[in-house]
Amino acid sequence: MHENIFDHYEKKDKSSLIPLLQDVQAIYGYLPEDALQEISDYVGLPLSRVYGVATFYNQFRLTPLGKNVVRICRGTACHVKNSANILYSVETELGIQAGQTTRDKLFTIETVACIGACSIAPVININEEYYGRVTTKEIPKIIKKYRSEVQKETASGKVTEGVK
Amino acid sequence: MVELTINNIKVKAEEGMTILDAAKSVGIAVPTLCHLKDLIPSGACRICSVEVEGQRGLIPSCAYPIYEGMVVETNSPRVRVARKTIVELLIENHPQDCLICVRNGNCELQDLSEKYSIREHRYKGEHKDHAVDISSASLERDPAKCILCGRCVRVCGEIQKVGAIDFINRGFTSIVSTPYNKGLNVSDCILCGQCILVCPTASLREKSSLKTVSDALNHRKKYTIAQIAPAVRATLGEEFNMPLGTDVTGKLVTGLRRLGFKRVFDTNFAADLTIMEEAHELIKRITTGGTLPMFTSCCPGWVKYLEQNYGDLLENLSTCKSPHEMEGALLKSYFAKKMGIDPKDVFVVSIMPCTVKKYESARPELNVESLTEVDAVLTTRELVRFFNIAGIEFADLGESEFDNPLGESTGAAAIFGTSGGVMEAALRTAYYQLTNTHLENVDFEQVRGLQDIKESTISINGLDLNIAVVNGIGNAAQILDEVREGKSKYHFVEVMACPGGCINGGGQPIHQKIDKVIERMKALYEIDKKMLLRRSYENESIKKLYAEFLGEPGSHVSHEILHTHYIDRRKTRKIVNPK
Amino acid sequence: MKSFLEIKYNIENHTPVNPKEDFIAKCTNPKLNPGQENEVEQFNKELRYEINDVPVIFIGMDTSALASGAGKVKAAFEKELKEKNIEAKIVATGGIGFGTLEPFVDIKLPGEDRVVYSQINEKDVPKLVESVLIKKEVFTKKVFATYGKGTDTLPNINETPFFKPQLRVVLENCGIIKPESIDEYIAWGGFKAIDKALRLLTPAEVVNEILKSGLRGRGGGGFPAGKKWDLALKQKSEIKYLVCNADEGDPGAFMDRSVLESDPYKLVEGMMIGAYAIGASYGYIYCRAEYPLAIERLQKTIDKCKEYGLLGKNILNSGFNFELKIKKGAGAFVCGEETALLASIEGKRGMPKPRPPYPSIAGLWGKPTVINNVETLANISSIINRGSDWFSSIGTEKSKGTKVFALSGKITNSGLVEVPMGITLEEVVFNIGGGIPDNKKFKAVQIGGPSGGCLPESVIKTQVDYESLKGVGAMMGSGGFVVMDEDTCMVDIAKFFLTFIQSESCGKCVPCREGTKRMLEIIERIPKSYKGTTNKLDELQRFKGIIYLNRLSNVIRDTSLCGLGQSAPNPVLSGLQYFKDEYEEHLYERKCRAGVCKDLLTYSIDNTICSGCGVCVRKCSTEAIIGEKGQAHYIIQDKCIKCGMCFEACRFDAVSVN
Repeated sequence: MHENIFDHYEKKDKSSLIPLLQDVQAIYGYLPEDALQEISDYVGLPLSRVYGVATFYNQFRLTPLGKNVVRICRGTACHVKNSANILYSVETELGIQAGQTTRDKLFTIETVACIGACSIAPVININEEYYGRVTTKEIPKIIKKYRSEVQKETASGKVTEGVK
Repeated sequence: MVELTINNIKVKAEEGMTILDAAKSVGIAVPTLCHLKDLIPSGACRICSVEVEGQRGLIPSCAYPIYEGMVVETNSPRVRVARKTIVELLIENHPQDCLICVRNGNCELQDLSEKYSIREHRYKGEHKDHAVDISSASLERDPAKCILCGRCVRVCGEIQKVGAIDFINRGFTSIVSTPYNKGLNVSDCILCGQCILVCPTASLREKSSLKTVSDALNHRKKYTIAQIAPAVRATLGEEFNMPLGTDVTGKLVTGLRRLGFKRVFDTNFAADLTIMEEAHELIKRITTGGTLPMFTSCCPGWVKYLEQNYGDLLENLSTCKSPHEMEGALLKSYFAKKMGIDPKDVFVVSIMPCTVKKYESARPELNVESLTEVDAVLTTRELVRFFNIAGIEFADLGESEFDNPLGESTGAAAIFGTSGGVMEAALRTAYYQLTNTHLENVDFEQVRGLQDIKESTISINGLDLNIAVVNGIGNAAQILDEVREGKSKYHFVEVMACPGGCINGGGQPIHQKIDKVIERMKALYEIDKKMLLRRSYENESIKKLYAEFLGEPGSHVSHEILHTHYIDRRKTRKIVNPK
Repeated sequence: MKSFLEIKYNIENHTPVNPKEDFIAKCTNPKLNPGQENEVEQFNKELRYEINDVPVIFIGMDTSALASGAGKVKAAFEKELKEKNIEAKIVATGGIGFGTLEPFVDIKLPGEDRVVYSQINEKDVPKLVESVLIKKEVFTKKVFATYGKGTDTLPNINETPFFKPQLRVVLENCGIIKPESIDEYIAWGGFKAIDKALRLLTPAEVVNEILKSGLRGRGGGGFPAGKKWDLALKQKSEIKYLVCNADEGDPGAFMDRSVLESDPYKLVEGMMIGAYAIGASYGYIYCRAEYPLAIERLQKTIDKCKEYGLLGKNILNSGFNFELKIKKGAGAFVCGEETALLASIEGKRGMPKPRPPYPSIAGLWGKPTVINNVETLANISSIINRGSDWFSSIGTEKSKGTKVFALSGKITNSGLVEVPMGITLEEVVFNIGGGIPDNKKFKAVQIGGPSGGCLPESVIKTQVDYESLKGVGAMMGSGGFVVMDEDTCMVDIAKFFLTFIQSESCGKCVPCREGTKRMLEIIERIPKSYKGTTNKLDELQRFKGIIYLNRLSNVIRDTSLCGLGQSAPNPVLSGLQYFKDEYEEHLYERKCRAGVCKDLLTYSIDNTICSGCGVCVRKCSTEAIIGEKGQAHYIIQDKCIKCGMCFEACRFDAVSVN
């Protein structure tokens, strides 16, 4: 289905480590352990180096994401407009902390340093959708929307696993 | 030459020198933590900060080159406060358990704390909490004690080129760890212990076997035997404030007897034996078209490295066991029989400069009739602790001789402890085995010293023997890749995992004295030089052993107990290409 | 649509393989194409939308606008045009920068001026189409300005309060042209500067021009760009690199993204000139992976430039070669630091290295490397085109040119603003920004992001330039400009920035890794209530921390390896300098006047208002609210965790905080 990602990179080229990790994550949604080992062999770096890089950057994750990723902007503009409380209500609503995924694998909460939509702060972003000037009161409604979408999908027989 | 001022002292120093070295040249000490000689400075710890006129912040002296007219202040109040604060910050995130720490009294952080008179906990807060990794047979990894200076990471990655550990995570949650924080036993680690030698604290340390040994010594039925590796005698004195390179063989034997060992033998005996077998194997491979080059096999770190990374080249490894394993094998067969002791009651303790030997002694394929050949391995450092517990004033001990017959050795065995030594010893004997004449000048200067790879061609009886000595596992890959590609010209390759050989092994005394490797090396060559017999085949006890028990080198009996086999331990890599 | 490559001029065609040095000149100067003057002129005018035969609808489509729903607006237009069977052209431009009033839609009817409509949502589209495209009337309800001559009711866009004080150099094309069109860029004068540099200037002359212009790095430090170039030019090396730092990680800053999304060709041209000047034949744009749209547009830009022979070998037959690649950053604020950025390109953890050696001498893979930020490079083409004298005539004595800020926070008009250096903070906040909304009082403006500082009203007349800002305890930084009102707690802001720095510290050097953590802990203790603490020493710890805060800050600033650590104490120090009373209030009076520090708040229910509906009870996660249904409720203070959910939930405003 996918073309072989390694074809784009030269073997033993150490500078392709980060692009390779990004490509693998783009496919799997996270970095599977076996993939790290394979990348390590391909770029000719010890696994520890690869793992060290994977754990250094915010972008990389070692566990699968939930179906819906709720990103709460924690930029300065959002902060002064109370995004801490927005985060708190999303956390209470979903019963998990930022960085965690719900047990049903439906939601992951992430915080981002700045989405760059400061004019409509505070902003949250779920999957592709942005919600600007959100208030804590709206949070349950927004979350519910995604919950019910999933329920609809399950009802219609669509698979509801985490992100591939 | 550049002229600069340090603490109002005019200093002339060579261009390109760092402030740190320039200061040292006029007797000004600047503390360091992350600094490692010969490596590009990382500038991580900031403890070496100094004030340089015209610079906004403080400057890390280990990383900053001097320039003409530079004005440096290494002892201003600003510098002192900075250094003190750095030490305070490190201590605050470090377990406060100095009293029960294995590095108590030999800890760089503790020293700095004393040096900067840290007398209170100024900045209280969260500190990291990690479990100790005790998974490997040789090393313990205690991330809680780690101050993230990165010296182990650099030694493992840049010098040894093993890369078993690296910095993981970021910021305050950074640790030095293995991938997925798994045990060292399943990592790429070869257990060489070079990381221990550079660790400023006890974050990396050997797994102690003191209890096992002490239990055995107190056991009524156990017949405890100690054997001492060639390199230990040249280093142990350092722990008792003797000058670098003091040969303490005689005191060691006395000390071990005082500890209660029934017999004290010399691994050097087995080293001579190894040479007999290995030289024979080499000649056989050359003359019968066997796999070449042949690799030496006495360094278990090297063997582990080969098994893990070049499992396809195991045929090249000499099948000879390492000397202390040979000694152990003989003790539990030849010696036990001779003495009429049940081999099960023989308890062999190897005193080794090495941490991998602990792992090696537990390798099941080394068992003889389901008995391990060596029951416990103590590193040089552990033995020192044992002496201290036992109240033995080592420096004041008299000298005594090894027990016989497994205590006699030649000069060739003594140099096993240094890089190039096995090669030199083997050449001395191979010459005889090929020509039946004694080699006049036994000193092979070309394989001595600290170069990364020492190579030479030795002509023996018209046979041009291409040899290479790899000093430190970090230099092995290049030769191995050539062998793998079938391009290697060598017949015989010696590899020692630790730079400098066993004298710089992972079990040796810890201190950062610069000349330690060279001085220890000199000591071993000195022992060799003083010996009457300097060729392994001249060892009378060896001759007797072959006559009485083994027959001849490479005989069936030798193969049974002195040779072994290896296992391809390369990780099977699943290919996870996308569907 | 045709392109400049396809227009047949009277000499042989320009191709990447067979480049012509006068290609750019011929594209825009009709006179150089005898017999085709009219065709070329016509084409240029079409590209600049000076003439159009069907109505053109411009929709601002950068990330900021998309977040405000520009995508839906575009879809609505497409639907509406199809349904009503109207012939019109939709052009997706970049963002104009006025975030508050996004999405923007400009409509240009044939023969008329381009008129700007703001805050258009998809529901407005049918009315807009009806009014403008069918009735040919201005849709007064949402009209913002015109690009033509202004009237009393419809001002020229540059006369509006938000735009009038601005001076747009870097952002000149943003929101006006189609960022993906190389032809439009050329028609608006693009690539004239590289054309000039290659044909008329030596590398040393280019460097000199930049030196003379006084352009300083816009990424934070303010190091003269020309000096960096000069150093690199003097290095003898076969291989040199030019790296564009587009890893904008400062929370509250998105200037670079705007350039990348709205005018990527400007950046590429700047890089080409820079590479030519220092003798680099390879370039990298290190861009945040969090900017997918920017990366997509950059990649298209690079591909197009290659197609036009403007990147690659022997550019415009000058012998100058330049390969440009995008490297996606993986999310680490510290990679804004030059040496860390280079480590990241090399595939390593983004940890800084000690300098010297400086990257200009030994950078990427040990080769001379110049690293410039997006905004710096986006200035280059204008300097070459208009000359260093023009550039240095803008700004103050030591800070030349303009600076782009991301104006946000508690401000009426937020968005991207580009102002000449030397403008006062007050002008930005109150003229461009339109002051504080909701009748609140101005408290501070935070400039320079996590490395900067919070400036109060007392210094609001400070000029925007590198030295003045530093003088009052902030810094230019990358351009975050966050306005705070009386509802913002300064202790909380210090905590916010320290938390950010702490989580973004690479962990390499001790003062930053351990020191900022301790600093954060000290700040965190200030607004802590210590309710239920049995150990009195814990409570006293908060005073002890304060005593050593300065000492710790100084050491962190003095000894940290890189700029991130060295400037980490700034938010705290500037807070202590200007808002000491607020800190003391927290410490001694246990009070947060802004009502932000939860631990110090008390929530209570006014029993005269409470209807006993029970909504707050259901929201309370610690069961701290009790009361019979229909009766006034009561908050048990010991159980209350001050989450504020009851306050938010109460429909009768019965819950109060103090």
